[in-house]
Amino acid sequence: MITVSFRLNDQPVSVQVAPDRTLLWVLRTELGITGPKYGCGISQCGACTVLVDHRAVRSCNVKVKSVEGREVVTIEGLAQGSALHPLQQAFVQHDALQCGFCTPGMILTAYGFLRSHPNPTRAEVIEGMDQNLCRCGAHLRIVEAILSAAAVMRGGPAS
Amino acid sequence: MSTPGTPAANFSPGGPADSRLPTRREFLSGFATGLVVWVVLGPTLSAQTSEGAYPVTIKVRPNDAADFNAFLRIGADGHVTCFTGKIEMGQGPVTSLPQMLAEELDVSLDDVDIIMGDTDLCPYDAGTWGSMTTRIFGPQWRAAAAEARAVLLELGSESLHVPVAQLTTHDGAVIDSKDPSHRITYGQLTQGRRIERRLTIAPDLKKPAKFKLVGKPLLRRDARDKVTGKAHYAADVRLPGMLYASVLRPPAHGATLVRVDVSALKEADGFVVVQEPGLVAVLHELPDVAADGLGKMRAEFAPSASRLDDRNIYEHLEHADLAGRVVSQNGNLELGRSRATRLLETTYLNAYVAHAAMETHAALARVEGDRATVWASTQNPFGARDEIAHALGLPVANVRVITPFVGGGFGGKAQNRQAVEAALLSKATRRPVQVMWTREEEFFNDTFRPAAVVTVKAGLDAAGHVAFWDYDVKFAGDRGSDLLYDIPDSRITAVGDFEGPAGIHPFAVGAWRAPGCNTNAFARESHVDQLAALAGVDPIEFRLRQLTDPRAVRVLKALAEQWAWKPASGVSGRGLGVACGLDSGTYVATIAEVAVDPKTGKVAVKRVLCVQEMGLVINPAGAKLQMEGCITMGLGYALAEEIHFKAGAILDTNFDTYTLPRFSWLPKIETAILPADDTPPQGGGEPAIILMGSVLANAIHDATGARLLELPMTPERVKAALARV
Repeated sequence: MITVSFRLNDQPVSVQVAPDRTLLWVLRTELGITGPKYGCGISQCGACTVLVDHRAVRSCNVKVKSVEGREVVTIEGLAQGSALHPLQQAFVQHDALQCGFCTPGMILTAYGFLRSHPNPTRAEVIEGMDQNLCRCGAHLRIVEAILSAAAVMRGGPAS
Repeated sequence: MSTPGTPAANFSPGGPADSRLPTRREFLSGFATGLVVWVVLGPTLSAQTSEGAYPVTIKVRPNDAADFNAFLRIGADGHVTCFTGKIEMGQGPVTSLPQMLAEELDVSLDDVDIIMGDTDLCPYDAGTWGSMTTRIFGPQWRAAAAEARAVLLELGSESLHVPVAQLTTHDGAVIDSKDPSHRITYGQLTQGRRIERRLTIAPDLKKPAKFKLVGKPLLRRDARDKVTGKAHYAADVRLPGMLYASVLRPPAHGATLVRVDVSALKEADGFVVVQEPGLVAVLHELPDVAADGLGKMRAEFAPSASRLDDRNIYEHLEHADLAGRVVSQNGNLELGRSRATRLLETTYLNAYVAHAAMETHAALARVEGDRATVWASTQNPFGARDEIAHALGLPVANVRVITPFVGGGFGGKAQNRQAVEAALLSKATRRPVQVMWTREEEFFNDTFRPAAVVTVKAGLDAAGHVAFWDYDVKFAGDRGSDLLYDIPDSRITAVGDFEGPAGIHPFAVGAWRAPGCNTNAFARESHVDQLAALAGVDPIEFRLRQLTDPRAVRVLKALAEQWAWKPASGVSGRGLGVACGLDSGTYVATIAEVAVDPKTGKVAVKRVLCVQEMGLVINPAGAKLQMEGCITMGLGYALAEEIHFKAGAILDTNFDTYTLPRFSWLPKIETAILPADDTPPQGGGEPAIILMGSVLANAIHDATGARLLELPMTPERVKAALARV
């Protein structure tokens, strides 16, 4: 067993785990954070995406020991109190979801993408999101929501 | 999620993971006061099981005449709580059902809470499928609200000393129409009283002209919970002392377990092993450790006897020794055939397709003594309840199924095997047990959309009209096989249905979004397109010549107009395809534009326009969301999705080889819903998907002259078809 300490959604946490444990399952089990979803287990769908030091990573494919000392944010930690993050707000405003199961991963993947592409074209959003799967077919609205949120995050009005 | 009875949130699929859940009786007796309206099971709802894809033979229907379909309660604070056995899997009743209720009751939508899919709290429901929530359940649901409003008017009349005819309702209050300040709120009316009404006759529903809320586009009410991670799905529920199970699966369908050695799984490491007939599992307090434990089992299986694979399956299906049935027959087929001057016979094929909801099947079961509570991702909580009760040997009344948000269903979650497994393992271990299938298990246990073979024989008469139509569908099911077109001499025959029969397919098959319809529309609309080319007539004009149904004609004409369609016959090179159809009472027509790369055979879909006439629309925003979802999902079965298999083994086990539609596939999608407020609401969850195979096949033909006869139209198949042109 090893002890892994990191910040999770702005709180310090410390867990005692076997060294080879996966971040997704430690979050969902020991830490009771169920926003990251299991969809495929092999980094193909993106439903388990979380932020590690503001970068979107697939928590099904990350050892928990690799986040020692880092800052992990899940969908539960994205809003500031009751104020939704512009991406969350845009997903609501654009009806950019149906069953909602892929939504946490979509939003956090988009967050990571917009950090490196603050003013993306539609084609760049599509390319940036292409490795995330949605079965309900909310794709077009997700693209609209991300473009709209990007505008808000740059300080402009929502589209 | 809110606790039932404390309506802090606007909806509560399932209930809280609280060990002291109230039963329905406790819950209702907790309502010391208030108005409760029940709607008793009516003939319309009884009829729905015949169309539903109810998957199991155990059918426990409430015989108690006092049981009901829906009910609502108005509390002393004027707050409305309504209950339904329907579930929310993304299709949107969490918004549209309260919208209907608020309309009939004249209350603010914010004052309506909905509790869904809890078999103890909610009235019986046969299942959420078949685009039936709005069109079949909706009228019952609205009736409960209309009755409640009628009762409130009576109470208001007594209280305000004004005749009912002089009263009106608005925003949760009964109002004297002659003096609007003379009013009393619903809460004030029900305060201190306990009123129960059981409704057996249909009340007077509001006329569309009076609607204030129905017909308005509303955003999803569950969106905030879904973007913040607050929305809970079955695998997100936690109970103290719970174990996570990994179930041993055979390597192939038909393979049987010979022996299993579990000696590597030590109790000291926290492993619990259950070995029962047909169910071997390893359990642990940590799900990933349980999964690792499965790898430490040494299991030996006798191989499957199946010799079928994804290539020889069609021959197997085509020559299955099963009697067919005549679905419908009109005129005289031989007479029609004798009038034909040009004949066209084609066989169309489609592959097995997975449901592939993003959420795999999951359940958490707690069996204590003779009682069981199971949180399950299911499209039919009452069916799950019955299956669990049967498996545990418990009375149905002792089993409660709670349905949190469901992460996609598409027909696949009409099957509740995971819930039964969780219940059996909880009984065996005397601890709460979660079963969440891995993606590999999901692909293995899925009830795929069946592979199917359709043969269409038709002909044109001397005038270029369709002279006869002889249509035979094998194993897709006959839903959606109806002709739509007015062809005097026709016959439609079918062998098997979308569930089999058992023994035909090498694995389980079942309902997949609009079961039967995708296959049947692919065959019919491809064949009609071929006939149009044969006749040398524009495909829209050709269809209009054969159509007499005014609703179908209207939809097709609106489609042509919105696209600014320029007629052309034969292979125009534009890459435009057309198709139309009817499903769940909704008329649908689609044009798609494609570009085909002749080198790779890859099809890029550029633009899709879909026009629907679906009667009265409750929530146009939700209806359009469903149309877009159908179009996007339909790209998959049309262009890429196919289960490969051999000798009972499923070769596609995850999303690395089984490809879902992606962002980069997306065409420009336009949707339009034609106003039809005088027609009752029709289905919306399925119609727009049914045309995607045919409209893309027709577009590929228009682009290249290559006619694709097999779904999916993969680049390899497109290239092969191009080589034949």
